[in-house]
Amino acid sequence: MELKLKVNGVEYVRSVDPGITLLDYLREELTLTGTKKGCDLGECGCCTVHLDGKPILSCLMLAVEALGHEVTTIEGVASGNKYHPLQSSMVEEGAIQCGFCTPAMVMNGIYLLSKNKKPTSLEIKECISGTLCRCTGYTKIERAIARASHD
Amino acid sequence: MTEYHLIGKSLPQIHAWDKVTGQAKYTDDLRVARPLIIKILRSPHASALIVSIKVDEAIKMPGVRGTLIGTEIKNTFGVLPISKDEPALAQTAVRYVGEPVAAVAAETEAEALLALEKIQVEYKITPAVLTGEQALLNTSDRIHPELKKSNNLHKRVEQTFGNLSEGFAAAETMVEGEFDFPSVTHAFTEPHATQVELDGQGNVTLYSATQVPHYLHRALHEVLEIPMHKIRVVKPHLGGGFGGKSDPFPHEMISAKLALKTGRNTRLTFTREEVFFSHHGRHPTKIKMKMGVAKEKGITALEGKMLIDGGAYGSFGVVTSYYNGVLLQGPYKINNFAFECQRVYTNKPMCGAMRGHGGVNPRFAGEVLLDEACEKLALDPCEFRLKNLHQANTLAPNQFRITSQGLSQGLRRAMEKSQWQQKFRQLPFGHGIGVACGFFISGSALPIHWNEMPQSKVRLTVDYDGGVTLYSGASDIGQGSDTMLAQIAAEVLGLPMSMIKVISADTRLTPIDLGSYSSRVTFMAGNAAKNAAVSLRRILTKAACELWKIPEPSYVDSCGEFDFFRQGNRPPQWNKNFLGPNVDYTDGLEFRDEKILYQKQTLSYLEVLRKALDHTGALETSGIYVSPKLGGTFKGAGAGLSPAYSMTAFITELKVDPETGFVKVLKVTCAHDCGRALNPQAVEGQLEGSIHMGLGQALMEAVTHHDGAVMNANFLDYKIPSPFEMPEVELIYDDSGENEGPFGAKEVGEGALAPFIPSIANAIYDAVGVRLKTLPMTPDKILQELLKK
Repeated sequence: MELKLKVNGVEYVRSVDPGITLLDYLREELTLTGTKKGCDLGECGCCTVHLDGKPILSCLMLAVEALGHEVTTIEGVASGNKYHPLQSSMVEEGAIQCGFCTPAMVMNGIYLLSKNKKPTSLEIKECISGTLCRCTGYTKIERAIARASHD
Repeated sequence: MTEYHLIGKSLPQIHAWDKVTGQAKYTDDLRVARPLIIKILRSPHASALIVSIKVDEAIKMPGVRGTLIGTEIKNTFGVLPISKDEPALAQTAVRYVGEPVAAVAAETEAEALLALEKIQVEYKITPAVLTGEQALLNTSDRIHPELKKSNNLHKRVEQTFGNLSEGFAAAETMVEGEFDFPSVTHAFTEPHATQVELDGQGNVTLYSATQVPHYLHRALHEVLEIPMHKIRVVKPHLGGGFGGKSDPFPHEMISAKLALKTGRNTRLTFTREEVFFSHHGRHPTKIKMKMGVAKEKGITALEGKMLIDGGAYGSFGVVTSYYNGVLLQGPYKINNFAFECQRVYTNKPMCGAMRGHGGVNPRFAGEVLLDEACEKLALDPCEFRLKNLHQANTLAPNQFRITSQGLSQGLRRAMEKSQWQQKFRQLPFGHGIGVACGFFISGSALPIHWNEMPQSKVRLTVDYDGGVTLYSGASDIGQGSDTMLAQIAAEVLGLPMSMIKVISADTRLTPIDLGSYSSRVTFMAGNAAKNAAVSLRRILTKAACELWKIPEPSYVDSCGEFDFFRQGNRPPQWNKNFLGPNVDYTDGLEFRDEKILYQKQTLSYLEVLRKALDHTGALETSGIYVSPKLGGTFKGAGAGLSPAYSMTAFITELKVDPETGFVKVLKVTCAHDCGRALNPQAVEGQLEGSIHMGLGQALMEAVTHHDGAVMNANFLDYKIPSPFEMPEVELIYDDSGENEGPFGAKEVGEGALAPFIPSIANAIYDAVGVRLKTLPMTPDKILQELLKK
């Protein structure tokens, strides 16, 4: 079927299998590989993207379900060399090791900061708790989000 | 202490911006041209003979371009040359649920999956061996009949030092216990993935999520029977390893073979379930341990008997077997010491190396027993540990050379910061504090393949533009080794990080490094990078001296001249091509901020570089690392030999809810002696990650099986800690300054995991008086013990 989707502000028209997940659509059809496939079962959270500004698991949503909504992936967060403050604080705080969960953590954190300018440490934990990180113990990711909220 | 412009400073990873913007390419993010998608048919049985495999129906399916079965790849492989027992695809028998049996390459994933269903395999089910004890029973029906044994024993190792009975006789108290550990798995977020690209000259490029490009290169050569120079292994960005990507794997052989067979590029990515089937995690372990302790004489004797369940194939198992014993030879001096470890084959996914390799479970047993002994003798468990640590520049009874030792100071500071003296045995019921210490290698001094090649080599090139390109085979698996290499080169050359470009883990472009395992990379590749940078600096120094018309400085290379600890009367023997460990480069000049300074004169780096390029063009230097010859001559003396050892102490404070048995770890104080923190932020990241992984093994993680099948092959059922479980963490990493480590550094990636777990057990005892000897320490086990009281 022909599907017209708006991703990172750009409208794409692709002929797709109606069963394709949003994750596979992003990675395979648009080559937006910043969104990661860690389990394809909605468990690891590495595939988190924004649908109308809210985080969703793109592996649990069909691409056709995103019709009429705005999808934002990690590739759409920075514009040119203008990074989101959370991207800068993730880099500076050492919140990135292997980096496989990083795009999802950024998407989680941006949503929190968009709703809550001064999140508590519990709110920060809650906002990233849907995404697994095996490298950092989450410590520096939490610190990066807190720092971005102060900046 | 020397003032460095970059060493000792927290630096972000050089790839951090690529990762935070989604630009970093991991293996499955690559797009080789028109790849066939590979899917693997896996065994539904733990143990069966393969009567027949028919692929004729599958090959006729739409989109299918090729199939592969075991008889087409006859050579077996394994990471250790002594146990190359794994086939790429099962040949005559399947040995675990999930073992690859056949593979299909098709135009799309859906077509490959449909074709898998058309492959007909006739099995004759045979009795499965599912526990370590069962594997030790005599049987004629063995998992690996090629081993001439009466049971399913893979490897038995033992060592004895001193005299056990004298040691036990000298003890004032004896403690013993039987410990039981299930398997845990790495749970990295990036599934295994491989892509293969062919060219017109018969060359095969394999991109793979691997910690060990060089070992994979060798294995591909042996299994595919094509020359090494026709194979190129490239490791793209890698989403976590922890030991789980440190073997060559069947899917890598399958991907390459199917590419060669079909003449097409291939792409393969595991599902999460396949990652769990592939496993290679920590061995299920049973330990019987006995310890004799005396107030003044310390640990008078230690005896351990370990049974480790290796699963279906060898992997790193022989090394794991030794590490179960030898890593108990520190951080305390134990003169009378013996262990026996048996590794057995069972019909389960194989076990291998996982963070803290082989040393984690015995560490738990030893530290829990030590806590028990201290209590019986009314000794403070911190003070007792402090008194019995190896001292710097001494030999352990098994000839481990203890060079630097920063733990005495570290544990003292941890005691202060955790308010140990005010809290131990003084907190209210349900609230406790516990201590444990650990010990780990900074890389293995002996290579897996016996040869005289350096363990690491780093090459530097620089041309007219002034940018330095650093080539290293070391695998950045997310720990930041590329950043570490750039930092060392930039420090020596006085350049900003942005002027060092790292090309790593590409067997066509980069000199061999043995891989990212055994916490070897900073020590070994870091030393090689430092040597390469010092050689480049000397060329620049010569050019600068020519410009200034002053004589060149003379150098005293550290080979044999360095004032480090010498083993016995024998000076360490270094390779002649090696400038020496942690080579000194003080040459009277100063290289900083892209300038070269001498007394009051200053030249720009580019000015000097361009002078140095006269008549030669691009500069190229290299550096190597070779371990000194170490150790004794007894059987197994090489196991656990390392040029330097890290030591760690944990003091953990927690609460146990006596109603539910639920444990909440509140505060962790960790003192880790990494010699010198080259990049404190990266050191903290490793320690925090070790705490996360240790917490999981301590309280919640276990791979469970039913009839050999993994029952929790997903992240919903195999739970790893979330941000809510993570405790407050205080880290102490004092500088003990390791003479032979690059800028004084030694291991930080693995050693801290092991002692954290028994520190939790000892804190649980302090809180509620319950001593657990099995992992994970779940609420039900704690409640059961509480009810017994």
